[in-house]
Amino acid sequence: MSTLSLTGVSRWYGNVVAVNDISMALGPGVTGLLGPNGAGKTTLLHMMAGFLAPSRGTVTLDDDPTWRNPDVYRRLGLVSEREAVQGFLTAYEFVLASAKLHRLPDPAAAARRAIDLVELESAQDRRIGTYSKGMRQRARVAAALVHDPQVLLLDEPFNGMDPRQRLHMMQLLHTLGDAGRTILFSSHILEEVEQVSGTVQVMVAGRLAASGDFRTIRRLMTNRPHVFAVRSTDDRALAVALIAEPSVSGVELDPTGLTVRAGDYGAFTRALPRIALNKGIRVRQLVPSDESLESVFSYLVEA
Amino acid sequence: MSTVTWITARGLFGRRRFLLLLPLPLVLLGLAVLCRSLGVDPGEWGPPVLVGLGLAVVLPVVALIIGTGVLGAEIDDGTVVHILTKPLPRWQIVLPKLAVAAGVTAVTVAVPLYVAGVLADSVRLGLALAVAAALGALAYSALFLALSLVTRRPVLLGLVYVLIWEGLLGNFVSGTKVLSIQQYVIALADRIAPTGLLETSVSVPVASVMTALVSVGFTVLAIDRLRSFSVAGETS
Repeated sequence: MSTLSLTGVSRWYGNVVAVNDISMALGPGVTGLLGPNGAGKTTLLHMMAGFLAPSRGTVTLDDDPTWRNPDVYRRLGLVSEREAVQGFLTAYEFVLASAKLHRLPDPAAAARRAIDLVELESAQDRRIGTYSKGMRQRARVAAALVHDPQVLLLDEPFNGMDPRQRLHMMQLLHTLGDAGRTILFSSHILEEVEQVSGTVQVMVAGRLAASGDFRTIRRLMTNRPHVFAVRSTDDRALAVALIAEPSVSGVELDPTGLTVRAGDYGAFTRALPRIALNKGIRVRQLVPSDESLESVFSYLVEA
Repeated sequence: MSTVTWITARGLFGRRRFLLLLPLPLVLLGLAVLCRSLGVDPGEWGPPVLVGLGLAVVLPVVALIIGTGVLGAEIDDGTVVHILTKPLPRWQIVLPKLAVAAGVTAVTVAVPLYVAGVLADSVRLGLALAVAAALGALAYSALFLALSLVTRRPVLLGLVYVLIWEGLLGNFVSGTKVLSIQQYVIALADRIAPTGLLETSVSVPVASVMTALVSVGFTVLAIDRLRSFSVAGETS
């Protein structure tokens, strides 16, 4: 069991602060690193993986610094976001080379085990250059897992995967996490994190905005006023009916339609069709006007 | 063969860039054969073909293509991360790569130089050129390998060194010749096979010491830079 600890870690490039004073300790299990694009997730992951020196603070794996310390790679695996692979190698050669570079006692067996783990046996003798994006990703994961590391860091691992591959990767991460490995993966997609990990670290604009149990954070995110733009055949009548609804906290009527503020996301979205049906009103448009992840994040930051 | 050596060699020969290596040695060989078959006096074609083309252009340019390719190409496309995430002391990455670069450069350049040397004068000159070129290949490779770790534009900087520093300044400012690998190679070749064809401008001790210094110094620099190798995120 290994713990990856960050203490007051910052990283800046000239005047730009990419990561700002982050402290966290990652233990066994799966943790999601959630944040919009440009939040500094990759920079943070690179510092964890020893590919970038923190401008301030320390990153340690079981008390050993990760920067300028290749020995940590005995316990740590990294799957970077850039899908760079030696396309002229077959997946088996690629994973076998990793096993040999790790000086494993039986590299061939380790390579086969890792390839089995990511279900790439049937294509293992084809050149990686001929692979789809998702297959390439799996080959890279196999190479990162070949030495059975205690800690696995994955940068946007679900990018470019089809739903089946995504599901399989999620199961794989779960299995590894349940077996006591420390798994951290980054994502900018809320649902991915929700499905894979119980614990999340939310990063916004270089800072750690929230951290802890996913459901608690999700509740923070959902129990806030949601704003919807609604257009219907009779906006005025709909406004009257909606304001009587407990889940609705406010309605504005303007020439383009209704702006509805709902305190409870679920209750409102269930109530609207019922009300419209009862009143004989046809709803033409229902647009959640602030559902972009960024707005959810900015809410989290302000909360 | 170590795994790093194997991957480096596969990467080098697997890229189209490798084909760039072929024309220059072929031109050198072709010119030497042509001059010899036309009966031109070796005193006339020897210096421009052996030194002007062979040692001043073919050797450094081939070394540049290979030396910046063995690590620089992997840094460019990001595959270097696979080797760096292994618990290997960094010298175990730099030395095999340097060996591949110097070895392939030496073979590519020494063979045509040997043939040209034999055609121009004697087997002894051919061997002298081949040995000196192999030593030069090591020094150039160490320099260009280190360059690919200290700058994002190793090829450009390497070309500036070869063309401007060694090629141009060497003709006008004699002091620059002390820091010119090309001059070391000429001095060493002339020491092994003294002929009237090679004009030396640095002494043999200087050439020997400097070749060793350049080779070791830039290798140490490369190892140290690889220890602190940073990967910039695409979004940062």
